[in-house]
Amino acid sequence: MIRPHRTHPLWFAFIVHRISGIALALFLPLHFWILSYALNAPERLDGFLHWTDYPLVKVAEFGLVFLLAVHVFGGLRLMALEWLPWSANQKTLAAAAVGVSLLISGTFFLRAL
Amino acid sequence: MTNDLTESVAEQSDPLEVSVWRSAGDGGAFQAFKVPAQDSQTVLDVVAWIQQNEDPTLSYRFACRVGMCGSCAMMVNGQPRWTCRTHVRKVLDGNRIEIAPLRNLPVIKDLATDMDPFFDKWVAAEGVFHPSKSRDDAIEQINPASAPRARADAGIECINCSICYAACDSVASDPEYLGPAALNRAWTLFNDAKDDGAGVILDAVSAKGGCHACHSMGSCTHACPNELNPMASIAGLKREIAKSFFKRGKA
Repeated sequence: MIRPHRTHPLWFAFIVHRISGIALALFLPLHFWILSYALNAPERLDGFLHWTDYPLVKVAEFGLVFLLAVHVFGGLRLMALEWLPWSANQKTLAAAAVGVSLLISGTFFLRAL
Repeated sequence: MTNDLTESVAEQSDPLEVSVWRSAGDGGAFQAFKVPAQDSQTVLDVVAWIQQNEDPTLSYRFACRVGMCGSCAMMVNGQPRWTCRTHVRKVLDGNRIEIAPLRNLPVIKDLATDMDPFFDKWVAAEGVFHPSKSRDDAIEQINPASAPRARADAGIECINCSICYAACDSVASDPEYLGPAALNRAWTLFNDAKDDGAGVILDAVSAKGGCHACHSMGSCTHACPNELNPMASIAGLKREIAKSFFKRGKA
Protein backbone atom coordinates (compact mmCIF):
# COMPACT_ATOMS: atom_id res chain seq x y z
CA MET A 1 0.00 0.00 0.00
CA ILE A 2 1.27 3.47 -0.83
CA ARG A 3 1.20 5.39 2.43
CA PRO A 4 -0.11 8.98 2.45
CA HIS A 5 3.28 10.69 2.86
CA ARG A 6 4.42 9.09 -0.40
CA THR A 7 1.60 10.34 -2.60
CA HIS A 8 3.50 12.93 -4.62
CA PRO A 9 5.00 12.84 -8.14
CA LEU A 10 8.69 12.65 -7.27
CA TRP A 11 8.17 9.68 -4.95
CA PHE A 12 6.41 7.90 -7.83
CA ALA A 13 9.35 8.86 -10.07
CA PHE A 14 11.66 7.29 -7.45
CA ILE A 15 9.71 4.03 -7.25
CA VAL A 16 9.40 3.77 -11.06
CA HIS A 17 13.19 4.23 -11.33
CA ARG A 18 13.79 1.56 -8.69
CA ILE A 19 11.36 -1.00 -10.13
CA SER A 20 12.55 -0.42 -13.70
CA GLY A 21 16.16 -0.79 -12.52
CA ILE A 22 15.46 -4.07 -10.74
CA ALA A 23 13.42 -5.40 -13.68
CA LEU A 24 16.21 -4.52 -16.13
CA ALA A 25 18.84 -6.08 -13.85
CA LEU A 26 16.82 -9.30 -13.91
CA PHE A 27 16.14 -9.12 -17.65
CA LEU A 28 19.58 -8.21 -19.01
CA PRO A 29 21.45 -11.42 -18.00
CA LEU A 30 18.66 -13.42 -19.66
CA HIS A 31 18.85 -11.13 -22.69
CA PHE A 32 22.62 -11.61 -23.11
CA TRP A 33 22.33 -15.35 -22.52
CA ILE A 34 19.82 -15.61 -25.37
CA LEU A 35 21.99 -13.37 -27.57
CA SER A 36 24.95 -15.66 -26.94
CA TYR A 37 23.09 -18.31 -28.95
CA ALA A 38 23.81 -16.19 -32.03
CA LEU A 39 27.43 -17.21 -31.68
CA ASN A 40 27.09 -20.72 -30.30
CA ALA A 41 23.75 -22.12 -31.46
CA PRO A 42 22.07 -19.99 -34.18
CA GLU A 43 19.28 -22.52 -34.71
CA ARG A 44 18.25 -22.26 -31.04
CA LEU A 45 18.28 -18.45 -31.31
CA ASP A 46 15.87 -18.68 -34.27
CA GLY A 47 13.65 -20.89 -32.13
CA PHE A 48 13.52 -18.26 -29.42
CA LEU A 49 12.93 -15.43 -31.88
CA HIS A 50 9.75 -17.14 -33.11
CA TRP A 51 8.31 -16.37 -29.67
CA THR A 52 8.28 -12.68 -30.61
CA ASP A 53 5.44 -13.42 -33.05
CA TYR A 54 3.05 -14.03 -30.14
CA PRO A 55 0.95 -10.93 -29.19
CA LEU A 56 1.60 -11.48 -25.47
CA VAL A 57 5.36 -11.38 -26.09
CA LYS A 58 4.95 -8.19 -28.14
CA VAL A 59 3.16 -6.60 -25.19
CA ALA A 60 5.93 -7.79 -22.87
CA GLU A 61 8.52 -6.27 -25.24
CA PHE A 62 6.60 -3.00 -25.13
CA GLY A 63 6.85 -3.16 -21.34
CA LEU A 64 10.58 -3.84 -21.51
CA VAL A 65 11.21 -0.96 -23.89
CA PHE A 66 9.17 1.32 -21.62
CA LEU A 67 11.13 0.21 -18.55
CA LEU A 68 14.44 0.75 -20.37
CA ALA A 69 13.39 4.19 -21.66
CA VAL A 70 11.94 5.38 -18.36
CA HIS A 71 15.07 4.22 -16.55
CA VAL A 72 17.30 6.05 -19.03
CA PHE A 73 15.37 9.34 -19.01
CA GLY A 74 14.61 9.18 -15.28
CA GLY A 75 18.29 8.48 -14.68
CA LEU A 76 19.28 11.46 -16.84
CA ARG A 77 16.99 13.64 -14.72
CA LEU A 78 18.65 12.39 -11.52
CA MET A 79 22.15 12.92 -12.94
CA ALA A 80 21.20 16.46 -13.98
CA LEU A 81 19.71 17.04 -10.52
CA GLU A 82 22.98 16.06 -8.86
CA TRP A 83 25.51 17.49 -11.32
CA LEU A 84 23.97 20.54 -12.99
CA PRO A 85 22.76 23.78 -11.41
CA TRP A 86 19.43 23.22 -9.64
CA SER A 87 16.30 23.44 -11.74
CA ALA A 88 13.00 23.86 -9.94
CA ASN A 89 10.86 21.98 -12.46
CA GLN A 90 11.70 18.47 -11.24
CA LYS A 91 8.08 17.26 -11.34
CA THR A 92 7.73 18.42 -14.95
CA LEU A 93 10.99 16.73 -15.88
CA ALA A 94 9.87 13.47 -14.24
CA ALA A 95 6.55 13.64 -16.09
CA ALA A 96 8.45 14.36 -19.33
CA ALA A 97 10.60 11.26 -18.76
CA VAL A 98 7.45 9.12 -18.50
CA GLY A 99 5.89 10.85 -21.54
CA VAL A 100 8.93 10.39 -23.79
CA SER A 101 9.25 6.77 -22.64
CA LEU A 102 5.62 6.07 -23.50
CA LEU A 103 6.14 7.68 -26.90
CA ILE A 104 9.20 5.53 -27.63
CA SER A 105 7.72 2.29 -26.32
CA GLY A 106 4.35 3.03 -27.97
CA THR A 107 6.05 3.64 -31.32
CA PHE A 108 7.96 0.38 -30.88
CA PHE A 109 4.72 -1.46 -30.11
CA LEU A 110 2.85 -0.03 -33.10
CA ARG A 111 5.69 -1.00 -35.44
CA ALA A 112 5.80 -4.49 -33.95
CA LEU A 113 2.11 -5.14 -34.67
CA MET B 1 -20.18 35.11 24.72
CA THR B 2 -17.37 33.45 22.77
CA ASN B 3 -18.20 30.11 24.34
CA ASP B 4 -21.87 30.46 23.36
CA LEU B 5 -20.85 31.13 19.78
CA THR B 6 -18.45 28.19 19.73
CA GLU B 7 -21.06 25.85 21.13
CA SER B 8 -23.67 26.98 18.63
CA VAL B 9 -21.30 26.21 15.76
CA ALA B 10 -20.39 22.89 17.33
CA GLU B 11 -24.02 21.84 17.59
CA GLN B 12 -24.57 22.41 13.89
CA SER B 13 -22.37 19.57 12.66
CA ASP B 14 -21.49 16.01 13.65
CA PRO B 15 -18.63 15.63 16.08
CA LEU B 16 -15.25 14.70 14.59
CA GLU B 17 -14.21 11.08 14.96
CA VAL B 18 -10.63 11.37 16.14
CA SER B 19 -8.17 8.49 16.60
CA VAL B 20 -5.21 9.43 18.77
CA TRP B 21 -2.13 7.28 19.30
CA ARG B 22 -1.66 6.39 22.97
CA SER B 23 1.49 4.80 24.29
CA ALA B 24 3.97 4.91 27.11
CA GLY B 25 7.12 3.19 25.93
CA ASP B 26 6.94 0.21 23.57
CA GLY B 27 3.70 -0.64 21.82
CA GLY B 28 0.54 1.39 21.93
CA ALA B 29 -2.79 1.70 20.15
CA PHE B 30 -5.16 4.27 18.74
CA GLN B 31 -7.86 5.57 21.08
CA ALA B 32 -11.10 6.97 19.67
CA PHE B 33 -12.53 10.32 20.75
CA LYS B 34 -15.49 12.39 19.59
CA VAL B 35 -14.57 16.05 19.38
CA PRO B 36 -17.01 18.91 18.65
CA ALA B 37 -16.43 20.41 15.21
CA GLN B 38 -15.76 24.14 15.15
CA ASP B 39 -15.08 26.78 12.55
CA SER B 40 -11.42 27.48 11.73
CA GLN B 41 -10.43 24.54 13.95
CA THR B 42 -6.82 23.37 13.74
CA VAL B 43 -5.54 19.86 14.44
CA LEU B 44 -3.75 21.25 17.50
CA ASP B 45 -7.11 22.61 18.72
CA VAL B 46 -8.50 19.08 18.47
CA VAL B 47 -5.62 17.61 20.49
CA ALA B 48 -5.93 20.38 23.09
CA TRP B 49 -9.70 19.84 23.36
CA ILE B 50 -9.18 16.13 24.04
CA GLN B 51 -6.60 16.85 26.73
CA GLN B 52 -8.70 19.57 28.38
CA ASN B 53 -12.07 17.83 28.18
CA GLU B 54 -11.61 14.08 27.81
CA ASP B 55 -8.25 12.88 29.08
CA PRO B 56 -5.78 15.15 30.89
CA THR B 57 -3.10 12.46 30.69
CA LEU B 58 -2.75 12.90 26.91
CA SER B 59 0.83 14.04 26.21
CA TYR B 60 1.77 16.25 23.27
CA ARG B 61 4.12 19.11 22.56
CA PHE B 62 3.40 22.65 21.43
CA ALA B 63 4.54 26.17 22.19
CA CYS B 64 3.87 29.12 19.88
CA ARG B 65 0.66 28.01 18.10
CA VAL B 66 1.54 30.25 15.12
CA GLY B 67 3.93 28.11 13.06
CA MET B 68 7.19 29.54 14.32
CA CYS B 69 8.56 27.20 16.97
CA GLY B 70 8.34 23.84 15.20
CA SER B 71 7.13 22.00 18.32
CA CYS B 72 3.73 20.64 17.38
CA ALA B 73 4.43 18.45 14.33
CA MET B 74 2.53 15.16 14.25
CA MET B 75 1.36 12.59 11.73
CA VAL B 76 -2.13 13.62 10.62
CA ASN B 77 -3.93 11.00 8.53
CA GLY B 78 -0.52 9.54 7.69
CA GLN B 79 1.11 12.83 6.63
CA PRO B 80 3.57 14.75 8.80
CA ARG B 81 2.14 18.23 9.42
CA TRP B 82 2.49 21.26 11.69
CA THR B 83 -0.72 20.83 13.63
CA CYS B 84 -1.09 24.46 14.74
CA ARG B 85 -1.33 25.64 11.12
CA THR B 86 -3.29 22.68 9.74
CA HIS B 87 -7.01 23.29 9.45
CA VAL B 88 -9.12 20.27 10.27
CA ARG B 89 -11.40 20.79 7.27
CA LYS B 90 -8.41 20.47 4.91
CA VAL B 91 -7.31 17.07 6.22
CA LEU B 92 -10.57 15.37 7.21
CA ASP B 93 -11.10 11.92 5.75
CA GLY B 94 -14.89 11.87 5.72
CA ASN B 95 -15.47 12.88 9.32
CA ARG B 96 -12.40 11.07 10.62
CA ILE B 97 -8.97 12.21 11.56
CA GLU B 98 -6.05 10.09 12.77
CA ILE B 99 -3.33 11.73 14.84
CA ALA B 100 -0.06 9.95 15.61
CA PRO B 101 3.44 10.88 16.78
CA LEU B 102 6.02 11.86 14.15
CA ARG B 103 7.46 9.00 12.15
CA ASN B 104 11.17 8.07 12.32
CA LEU B 105 11.59 9.26 15.92
CA PRO B 106 11.31 7.37 19.21
CA VAL B 107 8.04 8.01 21.04
CA ILE B 108 8.29 9.24 24.62
CA LYS B 109 4.55 9.10 25.32
CA ASP B 110 1.42 9.45 23.21
CA LEU B 111 2.10 12.21 20.65
CA ALA B 112 5.41 13.44 22.11
CA THR B 113 8.52 12.19 20.33
CA ASP B 114 12.13 12.24 21.49
CA MET B 115 13.79 14.86 19.25
CA ASP B 116 17.35 14.06 20.43
CA PRO B 117 18.30 11.91 17.40
CA PHE B 118 17.07 14.69 15.10
CA PHE B 119 19.15 17.41 16.75
CA ASP B 120 22.17 15.14 17.30
CA LYS B 121 22.29 14.75 13.53
CA TRP B 122 22.36 18.54 13.04
CA VAL B 123 25.58 18.55 15.07
CA ALA B 124 26.91 15.47 13.24
CA ALA B 125 26.31 17.27 9.91
CA GLU B 126 28.35 20.23 11.24
CA GLY B 127 25.15 22.25 11.26
CA VAL B 128 26.76 24.51 13.84
CA PHE B 129 28.33 27.92 13.29
CA HIS B 130 32.10 27.95 12.65
CA PRO B 131 33.28 31.49 13.42
CA SER B 132 35.98 33.02 11.26
CA LYS B 133 36.65 36.26 13.15
CA SER B 134 37.24 37.47 16.67
CA ARG B 135 35.53 40.44 18.34
CA ASP B 136 38.50 42.58 17.29
CA ASP B 137 37.90 42.05 13.58
CA ALA B 138 35.59 44.14 11.44
CA ILE B 139 32.14 42.64 10.83
CA GLU B 140 31.94 40.67 7.58
CA GLN B 141 30.07 42.66 4.93
CA ILE B 142 27.38 40.53 3.28
CA ASN B 143 26.02 41.35 -0.13
CA PRO B 144 22.40 40.10 0.01
CA ALA B 145 22.32 39.86 -3.80
CA SER B 146 25.33 37.54 -4.06
CA ALA B 147 24.68 34.01 -5.32
CA PRO B 148 25.98 32.22 -2.17
CA ARG B 149 23.84 34.46 0.06
CA ALA B 150 20.77 33.76 -2.11
CA ARG B 151 21.43 30.01 -1.73
CA ALA B 152 21.79 30.35 2.03
CA ASP B 153 18.69 32.55 2.29
CA ALA B 154 16.64 29.91 0.47
CA GLY B 155 17.15 27.46 3.33
CA ILE B 156 17.45 29.47 6.54
CA GLU B 157 13.77 29.69 7.44
CA CYS B 158 13.83 26.14 8.82
CA ILE B 159 11.91 25.93 12.14
CA ASN B 160 13.38 22.52 13.14
CA CYS B 161 9.95 20.90 13.17
CA SER B 162 11.26 17.53 11.90
CA ILE B 163 8.43 17.16 9.40
CA CYS B 164 10.92 16.54 6.56
CA TYR B 165 12.71 13.99 8.75
CA ALA B 166 9.41 12.19 9.39
CA ALA B 167 8.49 12.24 5.68
CA CYS B 168 11.81 10.80 4.51
CA ASP B 169 11.95 7.12 3.54
CA SER B 170 15.76 7.23 3.45
CA VAL B 171 15.75 8.12 7.16
CA ALA B 172 13.32 5.26 7.76
CA SER B 173 15.56 2.73 6.01
CA ASP B 174 18.95 4.02 7.20
CA PRO B 175 19.15 5.04 10.89
CA GLU B 176 22.56 6.63 10.25
CA TYR B 177 21.28 8.98 7.55
CA LEU B 178 21.57 12.57 8.74
CA GLY B 179 18.26 13.55 7.18
CA PRO B 180 17.04 16.52 5.15
CA ALA B 181 16.90 19.17 7.91
CA ALA B 182 20.48 18.64 9.12
CA LEU B 183 21.81 18.60 5.56
CA ASN B 184 19.80 21.69 4.66
CA ARG B 185 21.34 23.45 7.67
CA ALA B 186 24.82 22.32 6.60
CA TRP B 187 24.15 23.72 3.12
CA THR B 188 23.08 27.14 4.45
CA LEU B 189 26.25 27.35 6.56
CA PHE B 190 28.39 26.20 3.63
CA ASN B 191 27.06 29.18 1.66
CA ASP B 192 27.36 31.63 4.57
CA ALA B 193 30.30 34.03 4.10
CA LYS B 194 30.55 34.37 7.89
CA ASP B 195 31.02 30.63 8.40
CA ASP B 196 34.54 29.23 8.21
CA GLY B 197 33.65 25.55 8.20
CA ALA B 198 33.22 24.68 4.51
CA GLY B 199 35.84 21.92 4.67
CA VAL B 200 34.56 20.27 7.83
CA ILE B 201 30.98 20.53 6.56
CA LEU B 202 31.85 18.70 3.33
CA ASP B 203 33.78 16.05 5.31
CA ALA B 204 30.80 15.54 7.61
CA VAL B 205 28.14 15.36 4.93
CA SER B 206 30.16 13.11 2.62
CA ALA B 207 30.75 10.49 5.33
CA LYS B 208 28.59 7.38 5.83
CA GLY B 209 24.99 8.43 6.38
CA GLY B 210 25.65 11.76 4.67
CA CYS B 211 24.06 13.39 1.66
CA HIS B 212 24.82 10.48 -0.68
CA ALA B 213 22.28 8.37 1.23
CA CYS B 214 19.57 10.66 -0.19
CA HIS B 215 17.61 9.05 -3.05
CA SER B 216 15.99 12.33 -4.19
CA MET B 217 12.46 11.15 -3.45
CA GLY B 218 11.52 14.72 -2.63
CA SER B 219 9.22 13.87 0.28
CA CYS B 220 11.10 16.42 2.41
CA THR B 221 10.41 19.23 -0.04
CA HIS B 222 6.83 18.07 -0.55
CA ALA B 223 6.11 18.04 3.20
CA CYS B 224 8.05 21.13 4.36
CA PRO B 225 5.46 23.50 5.88
CA ASN B 226 7.70 26.50 5.24
CA GLU B 227 8.07 25.54 1.57
CA LEU B 228 11.82 25.11 1.81
CA ASN B 229 13.62 22.74 -0.55
CA PRO B 230 15.94 20.40 1.36
CA MET B 231 16.23 18.20 -1.75
CA ALA B 232 17.86 21.12 -3.60
CA SER B 233 20.16 21.76 -0.64
CA ILE B 234 21.26 18.11 -0.59
CA ALA B 235 21.84 18.19 -4.36
CA GLY B 236 23.97 21.31 -3.81
CA LEU B 237 26.06 19.48 -1.22
CA LYS B 238 26.55 16.56 -3.61
CA ARG B 239 27.76 18.97 -6.32
CA GLU B 240 30.17 20.70 -3.96
CA ILE B 241 31.57 17.35 -2.78
CA ALA B 242 32.18 16.37 -6.41
CA LYS B 243 33.90 19.72 -7.07
CA SER B 244 35.96 19.31 -3.93
CA PHE B 245 37.00 15.82 -5.09
CA PHE B 246 38.31 17.20 -8.38
CA LYS B 247 40.04 20.02 -6.51
CA ARG B 248 41.71 17.45 -4.24
CA GLY B 249 39.75 18.18 -1.11
CA LYS B 250 39.67 21.97 -1.27
CA ALA B 251 36.18 23.28 -0.46
